[in-house]
Amino acid sequence: MPPIMPVPTPDADEPAIRCEALTKRYGGRDGAVAVDGLTFTLPRGATWGLLGGNGAGKTTTIAMLLGLLVPTSGRVACLGHDMARDRFRALARMNFSSPYIALPQRLTVAENLRVYAHLYDVKRAEARIAALAADLQLEDLLQRPAGELSAGQKTRVALAKALINTPDLLLLDEPTASLDPDTGDWVRTWLERYRAESGCAILLASHNMAEVARLCGHVLMLRKGRVVDEGSPAALIERYGREDLEQVFLDIARGRGIAAGASPA
Amino acid sequence: MMRASARRIWGLMYRHIALYRRSWPRVVELMYWPVLQMVVWGFITAYLAGLQNNIASVAAGVLLGGVLLWEVALRSQMGFTLSFLEEIWSRNLGHIFVSPIRPTEMVAALMALSLVRVVVSVLPAVGLAWLLYAFGLWTMGPVLAAFFAALLVMGWAVALGVTSLILRFGAGAEALAWSVLFGVTPFAAVFYPVSVLPAWLQPVALSLPAAHVFEGMRMALTDGRIAWDHLAWAFGLDAAWMAGMGWLFMAQLQAARVKGALLNIGE
Repeated sequence: MPPIMPVPTPDADEPAIRCEALTKRYGGRDGAVAVDGLTFTLPRGATWGLLGGNGAGKTTTIAMLLGLLVPTSGRVACLGHDMARDRFRALARMNFSSPYIALPQRLTVAENLRVYAHLYDVKRAEARIAALAADLQLEDLLQRPAGELSAGQKTRVALAKALINTPDLLLLDEPTASLDPDTGDWVRTWLERYRAESGCAILLASHNMAEVARLCGHVLMLRKGRVVDEGSPAALIERYGREDLEQVFLDIARGRGIAAGASPA
Repeated sequence: MMRASARRIWGLMYRHIALYRRSWPRVVELMYWPVLQMVVWGFITAYLAGLQNNIASVAAGVLLGGVLLWEVALRSQMGFTLSFLEEIWSRNLGHIFVSPIRPTEMVAALMALSLVRVVVSVLPAVGLAWLLYAFGLWTMGPVLAAFFAALLVMGWAVALGVTSLILRFGAGAEALAWSVLFGVTPFAAVFYPVSVLPAWLQPVALSLPAAHVFEGMRMALTDGRIAWDHLAWAFGLDAAWMAGMGWLFMAQLQAARVKGALLNIGE
């Protein structure tokens, strides 16, 4: 039996995400375990990274946080709302962006943003769209079909969609995948500024270690669905006796331990 | 609360209306099949009228009425299912399911879209039937609205079943969106009375709301009478079908959330 977590009541003091013993097993009792007893608490206003190789459980974790996938066991609460019982109230205050989920290509950027303004019941939707367009340099793109945009432009539109409801919690799955270094840097700078100004909590899944080191105050390293290590990027680099987070990632992904002489967590 | 719910429903409707507004081939495609069906059956009835003059007007009315009303059920089912499939094809379903829109609101939006598509696709065929063959569907009187509603709801019930199969089997079940109601046509008594069917098939036909609608339509056109019993059966069966298929849809949606099917549906 997994430990029972008290049902949290929605409250401003509640963390952005509270995960306890979260487990996902596909295909019944003897099926493959994608996430195995994940426990963590993301504080309000913090940016955390979720790192791991392909199949480590990042996407499965994000899907469970979004209510898209039902955990086999364990519990998850976002912004104080239990996702098993009260996910729609949480979803109204969260948002999500991934390059692997598209926006309707034939609709213009403005139409796409209008759709999501309605779905998230955004007050003064046109003013919100105009403000986001100004902030993300989308003004000249508003009347263009989403399918005609470049990868960088699509990323900015996806960010505008993810921010349409001024979320308190933002889940980002590889936000700068397939972007050139200049555009990637622009997005990272923008996210840093947005988080500082809005106080929004961000959970970022990425394969770009430099991005994670720059944006995240804390990193969860996943392997085979488990958290195998965690800490600030600087602490992890020091603990593994490496020069950067990419080398730490390789150590963990390949099952190598902490370097001799370095102190464990 | 109600206003937020209505807004989410409108949000999903707006997404599809915006799509159709800038895609005239899609609008033409909506009207194409109902008009084609009506023209073909109109010529068949004209031919039959030439052979047997005494039953010409009755045959024309019954056949054309059947064609036009059956299109309501067909377009209702397709309108619902294809709107859902459009979200899969555009890889947008993930964004929809992680937004605060409730499954019931999504179903309400798909039903409303289906109604819009039925009106846009069937009205031109009804008008052309009047212009080309002097057949006015409205001659059967106000009961037409009840027939229309009963077939619309039957289309929604079948669409919920098809959508459930898409959630269960993914892209492999997509073809059902076009074919499933065509397979029901022989048992729906669209062009002939239920009594024509073999005795063992008649209970199957009478379990379909459509069979009662078309029995009622024939009475309205030939006798000018409203068959209240058939109407009551049609709506009663609609309620039962909607309850059953609604339960199936919610069960399959939950199963898809357990199995992770929403992450890669359509692939």
